[in-house]
Amino acid sequence: MKFSITLAAAAVMGLALAGSAQAESHEGPVKVGFIYVGTVGDNGWTYQHDQARLEVEAEFGDRVETSYVEAVPEGADAERVMSQMARSGVDIIFTTSFGYMDPTLNVAAEFPDVVFEHATGYKRADNVTTYSARFYEGRYVIGEIAGAMTESNKIGYIASFPIPEVVRGINAAYLGAKSINPDVEFKVVWVYTWLDPGKEADAANALIEQGVDVIMQHTDTPSAMTIAEDKGIFAFGQASDMAAFGPNAQLTSILDDWGPYYIERVQAVMDGTWESVDTWDGIAEGMVAFAPLSDKLPADVAARAEATIAAIAAGEVFPFTGPINKQDGSVWLADGEVADDGTLAGMNFYVEGLDGSLPN
Amino acid sequence: MDFSSLSPVAMIVLLIGAATPILLAAIGELVVEKSGVLNLGVEGMMIIGAVCGFIVAVNTDSPMLGLVGAAVGGAIVSMVFAFLTQYLLSNQVATGLALTLFGLGMAALMGRSYNGIRPPRMPRLEVEGLTDLPVVGRLFFSHDPVIYGSLVLVFAVWYFLNRTRSGLVLRACGENHEAAHSLGYNVQLIRFGAIMFGGACAGLGGAYVSLVRVPQWTEGMTAGVGWIALAIVVFAAWKPWRVILGAYMFGGITILQLSLQALGISISGAYLSMTPYIVTIVVLVIMSADRKKASINAPACLGKSFHASH
Repeated sequence: MKFSITLAAAAVMGLALAGSAQAESHEGPVKVGFIYVGTVGDNGWTYQHDQARLEVEAEFGDRVETSYVEAVPEGADAERVMSQMARSGVDIIFTTSFGYMDPTLNVAAEFPDVVFEHATGYKRADNVTTYSARFYEGRYVIGEIAGAMTESNKIGYIASFPIPEVVRGINAAYLGAKSINPDVEFKVVWVYTWLDPGKEADAANALIEQGVDVIMQHTDTPSAMTIAEDKGIFAFGQASDMAAFGPNAQLTSILDDWGPYYIERVQAVMDGTWESVDTWDGIAEGMVAFAPLSDKLPADVAARAEATIAAIAAGEVFPFTGPINKQDGSVWLADGEVADDGTLAGMNFYVEGLDGSLPN
Repeated sequence: MDFSSLSPVAMIVLLIGAATPILLAAIGELVVEKSGVLNLGVEGMMIIGAVCGFIVAVNTDSPMLGLVGAAVGGAIVSMVFAFLTQYLLSNQVATGLALTLFGLGMAALMGRSYNGIRPPRMPRLEVEGLTDLPVVGRLFFSHDPVIYGSLVLVFAVWYFLNRTRSGLVLRACGENHEAAHSLGYNVQLIRFGAIMFGGACAGLGGAYVSLVRVPQWTEGMTAGVGWIALAIVVFAAWKPWRVILGAYMFGGITILQLSLQALGISISGAYLSMTPYIVTIVVLVIMSADRKKASINAPACLGKSFHASH
């Protein structure tokens, strides 16, 4: 009996050794590269990705080597930077902006031995995985809060580019706000940049001139938060906690927590188990989180927000649940119908009730 | 469409704020180019100014000292360019581009520990009785001191270049450095001074972004304003007054498109966003098409290194 257990243990160990021998095809540490659209000091989107990079380093220590290139323009330039990174012997490259989608696929085709992880896109290949967070869950929650907190019934939304990710956020926030406050009106301003504090501030000012008293943003810096604080209105942070910039203005902030995912994927490369998948995690998995709710929120609003967060995490509430019509009045989701991920991933229309037309 | 909520006065106030960083950087670059030097490092000097201004303002709790710090910071970093191009005769275009890259990196390094800090606010100059006037009050008597200062600076530059002997000498260096040299003027020293003035102005422009327009420090926050300023100088045909026109027009289009969107007008924001650039390109094409005009306006020795060989 004792003998057979030892034998089994040996067999298991042998298998494990065989497995690891296969995985450790490269000598030394796993090299992890990151391509950032903004600067690591943007206090928003890129900052969060870089925090996750540091978590990867803390987790694996000497077993990884990380590197990053920041402020890489989306487009042809990104391809050059990625190729260079791939050529330098990096094993896994995280490309952290929607606009890197095609460049990532092009470079991935050239370097089949390197694996790529593209954030917020929808095109995959054998060595290209996509991952994103269900930010729209968070946006639904802040929409509810905004709907309850606005007195002018006008909510400003500073949007970057008309891509599905951003459109989905506007729709989700609007549906959340509308569910609380039927009179609510959204004013969307497209700034066509992820990082330009001056322009983001101008957009915030232009919205405030139009009577907006709550601002949401889908750009990467706390610039609008700063303006909201100065003008004495409310705002929501984006990607990271921006309370330092708007101690009175920030109601809460949607936080992107990429750390656990990055650690898991780097581990997969170490184990040799990496494969191309599509990850889209939300509040339940912890990829979407919230900064502490402001004490400016009345107790009932805060309680409702907490309840919605819990319900979304438990899978009881889906932000996109019918009946929902498209902006032109045509039916999108029938009563009780829930949007499928495919439609959400490619969302290119406003829901009914939003003003203005969606730029192409 | 309801235009009633679109207040022209509010838009003008906003556009002046958006235009002032461009105006400051452009008027400085104009003087540099008038002396015959092309400094493409405006963006780098601006971001250094933005971070220096921020650091000084936070540590002294005075936005005004912040502006001084920004001007000094911009001038110091421009001295690197001045030394390389004037005394080591390096290529001005390449050195200018390098200055931009250097500035962006240096500023990021300097600003590392200043993320998430709120700087002291710039007070607005308000005149008892006048600021409360309906339209005029907000248009003319509600701005921060930098805006008034930037307009005074443009006047001062115009006066210096066109009405003073020193201005004439500076222009001579830009038009014909050999002649200026043979008259006994120290071309390199004059250009060195002009470059430092340009650096100080660019630094002020950067600090306007980090202390007034946004009040925060974010890496890369000047976001290409320096390049616009360079284009505005050409757009203005090296005339100080036209720099105001160019900068305010650029700011105006930016604010107009944001305001129209906030109003809910569905014009494609993409087109409006590119409008200022298109206008600049068109003006550049028109100007360069008329060779005579272009040659009259552009300093003849622009971008040429000078070496006193005798």
